[in-house]
Amino acid sequence: MKLKRFSYPYLLWLGIFVAIPLVLVLYFAFTTGDSQNFGEFQFSLDNFKRFFTPIYMKVLIRSVNLAFISTVITLILGYPMALIISKEKPSKRNMMILMFVIPMWMNFLLRTYAWLTLLGRNGLINTLITKIGLKPLDLMYNDKAVLLGMVYNFLPFMVLPIFSVLTKIDQGLIEAAEDLGASRIQTFIKVIFPLSISGVITGITMVFVPAMSTFVISSLLGGNKSSLIGNIIEQQFRYTGDWHFGSSMSIILMIFILITMGLTSKFDKDKEGGGGLW
Amino acid sequence: MVEKSIKRIYTFLIFMFLYAPIIVLIIFSFNNSKSRGVWNGFTLKWYIELFKDREILKALYNTLLIAISSSIISTILGTFAAIGIYNMNGIFKKIILNLNYLPVLNPDILTAVSLMALFRFSKLEFGLFTMLLSHITFCVPYVILSILPKLKQMNIYLYEAAMDLGATPFYALRKVIIPQIMPGIITGGLMAFTLSIDDFVISFFNTGHGVSNLSIAIYSMARRGINPVINALSTLMFISMLILLFTINKRNDKDLIEGGR
Repeated sequence: MKLKRFSYPYLLWLGIFVAIPLVLVLYFAFTTGDSQNFGEFQFSLDNFKRFFTPIYMKVLIRSVNLAFISTVITLILGYPMALIISKEKPSKRNMMILMFVIPMWMNFLLRTYAWLTLLGRNGLINTLITKIGLKPLDLMYNDKAVLLGMVYNFLPFMVLPIFSVLTKIDQGLIEAAEDLGASRIQTFIKVIFPLSISGVITGITMVFVPAMSTFVISSLLGGNKSSLIGNIIEQQFRYTGDWHFGSSMSIILMIFILITMGLTSKFDKDKEGGGGLW
Repeated sequence: MVEKSIKRIYTFLIFMFLYAPIIVLIIFSFNNSKSRGVWNGFTLKWYIELFKDREILKALYNTLLIAISSSIISTILGTFAAIGIYNMNGIFKKIILNLNYLPVLNPDILTAVSLMALFRFSKLEFGLFTMLLSHITFCVPYVILSILPKLKQMNIYLYEAAMDLGATPFYALRKVIIPQIMPGIITGGLMAFTLSIDDFVISFFNTGHGVSNLSIAIYSMARRGINPVINALSTLMFISMLILLFTINKRNDKDLIEGGR
């Protein structure tokens, strides 16, 4: 089995570009000092202490809050959609799924930017509103706009995994429930929904994780008023240059994401993970 | 009947929600006015301006350069890695596969800042080269994940037969294994290409001063406010992504048919 050797270059690559960088972020998070002078770092927990001050806690709470609400909204909007699509004839079904995939492949910056055209002060919606004689609304640069951007960008991530699980459900089980006298609502609650839970779990993780870590949506649609944890990380790394604080924020973000994944996988009894996206 | 029409309306509304912004964006790229609310007649001037804009052309050049080179390198690296990983056993294989999954599962921003920390630590100058390295890093896992299923479908005895008949390992690899997993390799390469073109977050953190790709250019323009040139650019990018997507999809369908024989 000499074929094993073919992977050695990539193993080296994984070590250098995946493992070491994560260790470095950890190292940065627990030290302070001048980011330029690696020799003079000192161990400290100041970065984390600084994070637990009211300003940054507010940002964290807002991030978790917005990510949570957008996950709930995409679930409420997405589940019925997935259910409707899964009951269509195969040819129509594939067409509809393709229509969900297409916007996902469009650059997500552009998808977010597209909303500027609609929501802005002189945007299409406000133009229409003023035409019928009403005052223009402040649609942009608030949390609602950020939420809208999240739901818009991540809705397909919720629909696709749920859909792929729903189509795999044995139709015989549903027929059996109906034969045994269950109403359609009972069939849904007792049979269809429990069987689709792994898709729901995948969907929730696939929406919550990017929603929690985004900084593009909030900086384009939310302006300066609603910065999220992603914006703070961006600021620290790109502008302020406090890599230590930025790294500790990244670690906190990672912990939150791991907690979410841990919590959701607890509910996922069959551990199949919803069969992925495709 | 009522239920059916509710379903229809719901589906219609969801698709409206998904497509309305994109359609508005495309329509307004032909609008003869800088304002977004009013339609002032058809024009192609934003497209002409787009092709006159040096910064955007440079960004386009960078995007394609990075996408082509990172997809070629990550396809080669990933193909060998997949063959190697497939032939590993036990706990070591599991660790490698999980490590390989990290860039796929991690939020972009974490991959981005960790790579940034590495480049800063190794005192590399930020620019096209660091961008290329980071693109390879997040593309290879996808290449591997699209090749591994093809390796599982392969008949393993063919390789051994080739060796028994006197082929050198490299010759057997070239003549037996590679042709069989070719569909996976090409799909992986195309995927790497689209991912690289589409990437914003990782490029944004790992680029140097003044070096941008299309996504970074769009981001900095969009932050300055609306610009119809972005609409024109988005329209062109959307159409090229569609063409790419259909090519990949067609390939997958063909693979399915071939696999079903």
